[in-house]
Amino acid sequence: MTPILRETVATGLALLVFSVAGAALLSGSYLVTRPTIERSEQAEKLALVAQTLPAGSFDNDLIRDARPLPADPLLGLKHPGLAYPASKDGSVAAVVLEAVAPDGYSGEIRLLIGIHADGRVAGVRVTAHKETPGLGDYIDLARSPWIRQFDGKSLADPSPDGWKVKKDGGRFDYLAGATITPRAVVKAVRRSLEYFAAHKTALLAPVPAPAAAPARPETKP
Amino acid sequence: MSDTAAPAAPAPSGGLFSQETRDIIVNGLWTQNPGIVQLLGLCPLLAISNTVVNSLSLGLATTLVMATSSGSVALLRNFIPHEIRIPAFVLVIAVLVTVVQLAMNAWVHPLYLVLGVFIPLITTNCIVLARVEAFASKRSTAASVLDATVMGLGLTAVLVVLGGLREALGKGTLLSGIDLALGPMAKDWVIPLAPDYGGFLLAILPPGAFIGLGLLIALRNRIQMGPDAHP
Repeated sequence: MTPILRETVATGLALLVFSVAGAALLSGSYLVTRPTIERSEQAEKLALVAQTLPAGSFDNDLIRDARPLPADPLLGLKHPGLAYPASKDGSVAAVVLEAVAPDGYSGEIRLLIGIHADGRVAGVRVTAHKETPGLGDYIDLARSPWIRQFDGKSLADPSPDGWKVKKDGGRFDYLAGATITPRAVVKAVRRSLEYFAAHKTALLAPVPAPAAAPARPETKP
Repeated sequence: MSDTAAPAAPAPSGGLFSQETRDIIVNGLWTQNPGIVQLLGLCPLLAISNTVVNSLSLGLATTLVMATSSGSVALLRNFIPHEIRIPAFVLVIAVLVTVVQLAMNAWVHPLYLVLGVFIPLITTNCIVLARVEAFASKRSTAASVLDATVMGLGLTAVLVVLGGLREALGKGTLLSGIDLALGPMAKDWVIPLAPDYGGFLLAILPPGAFIGLGLLIALRNRIQMGPDAHP
């Protein structure tokens, strides 16, 4: 071997040793942290979904019983999402739909919309948005209770004319300075209710009885 | 990268700290402060410094990465061929950042969600590689760890001051979001500075970071030059 070749091989090997050691360290940390990370991600998702439903209104594992939701334009979904049926004593009393308001002021607003079996809204939460901080972000419950005004509304109440912000002659409040954001959310909630009305039977189909799985996670919100 | 090479030779020790140790500390916190003198690592400085809690968390995470990567590189410096030192350094830094990221995701999950992409971006923070290349690759392990820690704390201090300014002006609070780091029991620790403060959006948005950082740099230069200095 020429000296140059030998040096090249030596440096290559050194880098290889570093990469292998680094990869081993990473795999180790990944294995150590994975269970905790999975638990907190599940808990976080469950907490978010459960927020859209009245406390104690379901006794199933929302995450486990989730069903695929097609990428339906009524829901604003570009990719298939999930529907979380909430059942109590064996019958599905409500369902939580993933939905997207595609026409926010700065892009998509991702929503979770809880709907009772009778078509009334149980609760709406924003899970991700890029609206202007301090202006359009009042749709986030952490900023203001604005999003709660959907609770109890249905396609019949208010009437179709009322499913608009007050500025457009509808029934929903908004804050001056940001009307595009609430408009998008109101529209997305109404469309999701329409989707629910059209697919009620499938969405409210009974969930499989809990398998005899050991140590099922607690489902109380 | 950085022309801020470390002071040349270690001086004989005297007093509580040796001259070398004192130089390292003064350099990191003031003379060569990464945030307002070297202006390295501006990406997180500008993006995440909108509250004290965010600033402090990302600052400490960066400090941890800097200390561990400088320490590892100083330990391994005799085994790293000179030609491939930069890829080797980047590899070490990237591994350590990922370990910190996994740990934060596991144990301070809400804070991890807030800091988001800025944790992996610590890898690309110039100040980390700068200290490894300019200092740790040439000096003893203990001195390197000290240098990286102090540099990290210097950056953290700037982040926290900037975060405090922006949060106080923009939201009228201090320590908002502390429950994300320490759990729900810390919810009451938020300090409201003025009741019914309407908020000042400019301070929260990115321009607030540029303006605030500019003011801090100006203030530092003023102190450094003394009141009579002419630029």
